[in-house]
Amino acid sequence: MKTYYNPEDLKKFGKIGEFQKPLADKFFDYYGEVFKEGALTAREKSLIALAVAHAIQCPYCIDAYTVDTMEKGCDEEQMMEAVHVAAAIRGGASLVHSTQMMNKVKELSM
Amino acid sequence: MKSLKAQNHPLSNSQYEIDLLESPDFGVSFVQKLEETNLFPLKPVQIETMQINMGKMCNQVCKHCHVDAGPDRKEIMTRDIMEQCLAVIENNHIKSLDLTGGAPEMNPEFRWFVSNIRSISPDINIIVRCNLTIILANPKYRDLPEFFKANQVEVVSSLPYFSAAKTDSQRGDGVFEKSIQALRMLNDIGYGMENSDLILNLVYNPSGAFLPAAQAGLEAEFKKKLKSNFNINFNSLFTITNVPISRFLEYLIRSENYEGYMEKLIESYNPTAAANVMCRTTISVGWDGYLYDCDFNQMLDLKVETPQSQHISDWNHSALKNRNIVVNQHCFGCTAGAGSSCGGATA
Ligand code: SF4
Ligand code: SF4
Repeated sequence: MKTYYNPEDLKKFGKIGEFQKPLADKFFDYYGEVFKEGALTAREKSLIALAVAHAIQCPYCIDAYTVDTMEKGCDEEQMMEAVHVAAAIRGGASLVHSTQMMNKVKELSM
Repeated sequence: MKSLKAQNHPLSNSQYEIDLLESPDFGVSFVQKLEETNLFPLKPVQIETMQINMGKMCNQVCKHCHVDAGPDRKEIMTRDIMEQCLAVIENNHIKSLDLTGGAPEMNPEFRWFVSNIRSISPDINIIVRCNLTIILANPKYRDLPEFFKANQVEVVSSLPYFSAAKTDSQRGDGVFEKSIQALRMLNDIGYGMENSDLILNLVYNPSGAFLPAAQAGLEAEFKKKLKSNFNINFNSLFTITNVPISRFLEYLIRSENYEGYMEKLIESYNPTAAANVMCRTTISVGWDGYLYDCDFNQMLDLKVETPQSQHISDWNHSALKNRNIVVNQHCFGCTAGAGSSCGGATA
């Protein structure tokens, strides 16, 4: 069955330089630097990445950062809490816009 | 749950396992990787540690066990073989003894053996790989912590996670709670405590088809969680990669993770870890006295490549020190990422 998303394609991510090498090299250098231990631990960064992956709903990133968080020693509870953070921000982002709706309603109402 | 052997499972046959490990083409073999990094043939640096497998009998039947141990396994080391080990230890100045199994404590000669090793020298490092639950398995084992202390034994124990769900899913229902009780008993007599010379180390291995976390960070996390949730102290955490043999291999195949896991191990090959593999400083002795490069080779029945010295009764130190270490695809488990050995990460 043909689908737009194929798990095998995740392995090809590193090969995007085939069509444009200098930009790919810059991106992967930057990517590598971002995920190094820093003011945040590599483990904390991995959990953030997992949450963001869910917020942007990228199946490749969800796959990759599920494995990565497990390999950073996180357990299911921590991983699910990270996804709830993403969900809370997404939900909150919708809900906070209700203030505009409320403003408009009030503007138009007697 | 029964051992693979008791189930008559094809994976309880070591030749079947080796054929299976060699059959898929992952594009590169472990030997080729060693060649590329100038490590072939793999040679010992020196023989510092003797790891002795005192038998396959165990009170647990962990899903990932590379020994295929369990209550239904009856193979255990006899006093006769232990006496031969003692002679080799004394004559060859072996510095470190690492007693494993199964549950080594279930061997009826265990205490006799440990006391005799200790009487050779107060300086020999004696490690017992204690699965913790054995201490509570039967009243006759309750005083094991005191016995360890009296013989200045270093205790190394598996605890795959600081929560019950992850520990029990790998090691069996109720194992986490009993492990915590046993750790408390060890702490109570000084094991793992600050300013104490009684060493208690823990072993983490992933509960599934993924690589372990970085050792230092995970150790900090374990220390924090075990202290705050259970008031447990320990010295160091060793992160160990699951080697794809025996029951872990069976799991990989059954869960359709085998190929992905092997690819991951191969792509994570680390030459520094390869240079530091534990077989370069260890000899492993089987319950029947045969000699191997490591406990994994022992389970695959890959004996040392020294025809004149394949059994403890024929110990030839210089032949063993100059041997070529027998390697195969499972060795990728020792060289992935930060490396893995019985003492944790190697790179
Ligand atoms: S892993 Fe250890 S405790 Fe578990 S069955 Fe194997 S020998 Fe026993
Ligand atoms: S599996 Fe054994 S022989 Fe192979 S690298 Fe690891 S310790 Fe050495």
